[in-house]
Amino acid sequence: MIIVLGIYYWTVFERFNSQVMTTDEQLQFWSKAILIAIPLSIITKIVVMIVFAISNYLITREKMPSFEDERDKLIELKATRNSYIIFGIGFFISLTVLAFGYPPKYMFISIILGGIASEIFDNLSKVYYHSKGV
Amino acid sequence: MSKHGISNHIRKLRFEHDEMTQQQLADQVKVTRQTIVAIEKGKYSPSLELAFKIAKVFKIPLEQVFSYESEK
Repeated sequence: MIIVLGIYYWTVFERFNSQVMTTDEQLQFWSKAILIAIPLSIITKIVVMIVFAISNYLITREKMPSFEDERDKLIELKATRNSYIIFGIGFFISLTVLAFGYPPKYMFISIILGGIASEIFDNLSKVYYHSKGV
Repeated sequence: MSKHGISNHIRKLRFEHDEMTQQQLADQVKVTRQTIVAIEKGKYSPSLELAFKIAKVFKIPLEQVFSYESEK
């Protein structure tokens, strides 16, 4: 998922750098880019989960649980908390960047990087809590 | 013993109950096998409800399944 989002944002940056835009157009450009990224990340996540479930079954011959128990919910909650903290930091940085008079593109870059970092932390947290305990 | 100070005898109790598998115990208490693995290894302390359910499966009091040792 990170790879797909990375490729997507790379093409977005390429397109952005190849155009000359006013501030209003920049805001519109980045807003569209983030709005497109949301369904893209959802679809990618679904595809990754299906591929993981199939490959997991082929390797372990064990079906993935069809429900979440109390431990899964606790891990999900803690991972979500960690990812919110990271995204919050990214959002705070984006506001700081804007407050110090940098162009709006840096604000959106901070939000995007914060979003990607929060997704990475969410997954890493799940791996950590599953392996080290919760 | 887990980092929470709670230890358990689930593995021994499973063995004494016709070598019950982790999956069979998980099915009876309605959790995933991974959760039973985590409890046995002391990586997860179950909720009170789940602890009572596990004790009920083995038909023994809760304190014979789980024990708590506070940190000094």
